[in-house]
Amino acid sequence: MDPPEELESIYLVAGRDFANAGRVSTAIMDALKRLGVDPELVRRVAIASYEAEMNIVMYALRGRMSLRINPSAVIIEAEDEGPGIEDIDLAMQEGYSTATPEIQEMGFGAGMGLPNIKKNADEFRITSEVAKGTRLFIRVNQGA
Amino acid sequence: MPAQYHHSLRFMPDKCHGCMSCMRVCPTAAVRVRKGRAMKLDDRCIDCGECIKVCEQGAIVPLTDQMADLSKFECAVAIPSAALYAQFDKDLLPGMLVAALQRCGFHDVEPLSPACDAVSVATEIFLSEYRGEYPVISSFCPTVVRLVQVKYPEFVAQLLPILAPREISARNAKMRISAATGLPANRVGAVYITPCPAKIVAILEHPGMTNSYLDAAVSITDLFQTLAMAVSSVREAEVEMDASETASGVSWAFLGGLPRSVPAENTLSVAGLPNVIRILDDVAKGKLRRYSFIECHACPEGCVSGCLTVENPYVARGKIVRLCQKLPAGPVVDRKEVERCYRERSFLMDEPFASRPLRPLDENISVAIAKMRKRDQLISELLGIDCGACGAPSCRAFAEDVILGEVERESCTFFWQHELANRVEDLVRLIQIQKPAKGG
Repeated sequence: MDPPEELESIYLVAGRDFANAGRVSTAIMDALKRLGVDPELVRRVAIASYEAEMNIVMYALRGRMSLRINPSAVIIEAEDEGPGIEDIDLAMQEGYSTATPEIQEMGFGAGMGLPNIKKNADEFRITSEVAKGTRLFIRVNQGA
Repeated sequence: MPAQYHHSLRFMPDKCHGCMSCMRVCPTAAVRVRKGRAMKLDDRCIDCGECIKVCEQGAIVPLTDQMADLSKFECAVAIPSAALYAQFDKDLLPGMLVAALQRCGFHDVEPLSPACDAVSVATEIFLSEYRGEYPVISSFCPTVVRLVQVKYPEFVAQLLPILAPREISARNAKMRISAATGLPANRVGAVYITPCPAKIVAILEHPGMTNSYLDAAVSITDLFQTLAMAVSSVREAEVEMDASETASGVSWAFLGGLPRSVPAENTLSVAGLPNVIRILDDVAKGKLRRYSFIECHACPEGCVSGCLTVENPYVARGKIVRLCQKLPAGPVVDRKEVERCYRERSFLMDEPFASRPLRPLDENISVAIAKMRKRDQLISELLGIDCGACGAPSCRAFAEDVILGEVERESCTFFWQHELANRVEDLVRLIQIQKPAKGG
């Protein structure tokens, strides 16, 4: 059971499903707006959640995102089953990407995803295990 | 409570048959049908006019000005939307339309093209110096402005802060007439001949401006019959050919007008509200940052398909394209002069665009969260087929209405049937328990 003042939603994300990519972030944006969350905060969460969602779509087999909203913060956790990241420090550098040419052809994989998430989050953690998967923790504080 | 917003559509309950057509097409879920009559949720309505297009009962009325209202101006100057050229059977040249409008009672006519051409240059300068978040979103369609204010308040600052051509034309007309006649500018009435009701709202609310230079808007549909008669009486030979309209200006009436004349890289043009919403959703996620400018029209083909036009939008577009071949290509504009005026800020809006986010489930976020949990629980209990029989456009909208206390959950036919089935089952069980043993 969630604490009474917290809302939790779980979303599944399919790897390589480019046709539906972005729907989870749209649903997250809609929820925040109905709750009256500050527009600037909606903007930061929207960008961070979209980048997290696209990372699953582009690189992983499948993944799941959870959204938790309470009066003090919006928290997104994304975990996937996929190749994982060998060198996280390198992956966090702007412009570094392991995207295939076909993904770059679709306009993604410019190496800005993870740095963009970090830029828009108040708290960001990433853990990864090669050949298993990656987990992201994104927290954006309300009223900050 | 949100401030009262101006609207340009009135729902007439006496004429409404409760057919739900308007409820189903409304792109912002602003219509409900209660007790067999359609009603509008004012904070959600963006005045796009989709409901007017589908209402067969004439139960939705645009609140445009009537010709009779214009007698209050000492001088009424018409500013015709370029869509007006495409409404008549005969190919209309600018001079003919000017003569016809004068026969309808306008003292003067101000063409829109010079303003369109000048605004193109002003936009080009603005984009070349812009250092904010990308993309910049066009603000010439008032419905798009309202959509951003209501649904995407997080990027109102990305709306283009340049005055719309109709505003520039109104200002030019007032200055010109005032200089020529000595009449004070405030006694000249600038009247837009409009293809849609949203322009009325833009005049009343003047987003981004302290005031609108326009004073009234008469719809193409209202003016059509009188104007058609006037048009048929004008002979081509009678009128002076003037070069006031240009192909680049007139073609603003359909999708792609501005990007055709602004040489900025990476521009997009999008029309039709569902498409605009998809694009703006992508803007919200930061997906379209590499585009510098997005031209957005609420109507499917741009202004030629406004809900207060007469001609089929595709035929209208064909006529505009044909007209363009007869006009100077344009843009006909003195770039240095426009740049000088731009530096004097005369193309820029003087107020930031206000955001007007939808009223949330509750002003207190803890309460809002509790309500959303209840809403989501209720959504999971509903069939999810969006049948609309309850009078809300979707099960989700219905669930929100229930949680906000506006309707009872029993308004859902399936919910009610389900409850009844349970009662009947209970009753049958009760009868079987109470069944007396057979004597004998």
